Amino acid sequence: MVKEIERAGIPVVHICTVTPISMTVGANRIVPAVAIPHPLGNPALDRNEEKALRRHIVEKALKALSTDVKGQTVFD
Amino acid sequence: MSKIKVVHYINQFFANIGGEEKADYPVTLRKGEVVGPGMAFASSFGDEAEIIATIVCGDSYFNENIDKTKAEILSLVKDLSPDVFVAGPAFNAGRYGVACATLAAAVQEELGIPSVTGMYEENPGADMFKDKVYIISTKNNAAGMRDAVKKIVPLALKLAKGEKIGASIEEGYMPGGRRVNFFEEKRGSERAVEMLIKKLEDEKFITEFPMPDFDRVEPNPAVLDLAHTKVALVTSGGIVPKGNPDHIESSSASHYGEYDITGVDDLTESTYETAHGGYDPVYANEDADRVLPVDVLRDMEREGVIGSLHNKFYTTTGNGTAVASAKAFAAEFAAKLTEDGVGAVILTST
Repeated sequence: MVKEIERAGIPVVHICTVTPISMTVGANRIVPAVAIPHPLGNPALDRNEEKALRRHIVEKALKALSTDVKGQTVFD
Repeated sequence: MSKIKVVHYINQFFANIGGEEKADYPVTLRKGEVVGPGMAFASSFGDEAEIIATIVCGDSYFNENIDKTKAEILSLVKDLSPDVFVAGPAFNAGRYGVACATLAAAVQEELGIPSVTGMYEENPGADMFKDKVYIISTKNNAAGMRDAVKKIVPLALKLAKGEKIGASIEEGYMPGGRRVNFFEEKRGSERAVEMLIKKLEDEKFITEFPMPDFDRVEPNPAVLDLAHTKVALVTSGGIVPKGNPDHIESSSASHYGEYDITGVDDLTESTYETAHGGYDPVYANEDADRVLPVDVLRDMEREGVIGSLHNKFYTTTGNGTAVASAKAFAAEFAAKLTEDGVGAVILTST
């Protein structure tokens, strides 16, 4: 899906936990996530901390979208 | 002659421990035990080989701590010192396939113990490791177990005995790009003409030089002005309105969903859930923002960090869904996104 969106001319960032899979699939902008069942959250945190964590990952994703990349890049 | 010693790796599901709710099951060594698909292997090995131990690990546990878990399992295998290591088969289970292929490759490379695994050709583990370790090509679900065992067993025995391994087409493994010289009975011109005739007659023929499949898309240029860009959310994590109105399948999805989030500030337990059957749904059902971050993007929209959050999101379940289907879904909704003036996409996966 990432590739088809990219092919359509829209910059796309893939947020996922298992980044090697994302590399194999062919995503160009990759942001690592927290865990498979909760990529953008952590149920161990309280709601505010958890939302801050989610915001941090989304900020990284937006930064990745605003960065020119040459090939596949993981934004750690 | 003493029996060939085999160590077998399987996940929590095939060890009958549980499904997704047990995917965080840690590495466990079952010495002297033959578990799950190990039974079929054991009977097929007969007197020639025996499974001396089974290593079980949950799929999420492995994939969330790949380096640590890999090291832990390598040290177990090293102590057991088998003649051959067998992982899986994983069929089309993505995380399981990655675990099997990662381990088989590592055992072979780092411990020098021959290894083999099996999975469906679209399993991500296959592309990652088929040039490093023998991966038997299987069907996409466990109905193909018998067939998989039938191919894995002879290859495992040959590897353990240090016998010559035949070509991928003979042994049933995925071509790994290794080339071996041999003498053909017929010369090249004859073979080429035969192939051409078959092609002209629309018959099946096997090329001797398959073209590589490099399906890569060049990255688009960066978004220049986020504050005036419409950002859309897409997910393979199966987030849907509560009740899954379009009945998106929990695996092997046949369609995707398009849902309007106009006025939605926060995905809650009473309004959204996941349809995905490939991971523990508890956390996503409790708060779907953990997969589809609508809440923070709304905040950012209000703060002017992004121009706007697109009022529709696109969703499907990624587990076991054929690559061809996913490609078709995305080609279709990407056209809609373009039409709607979306300038950037955040795609989340579980």
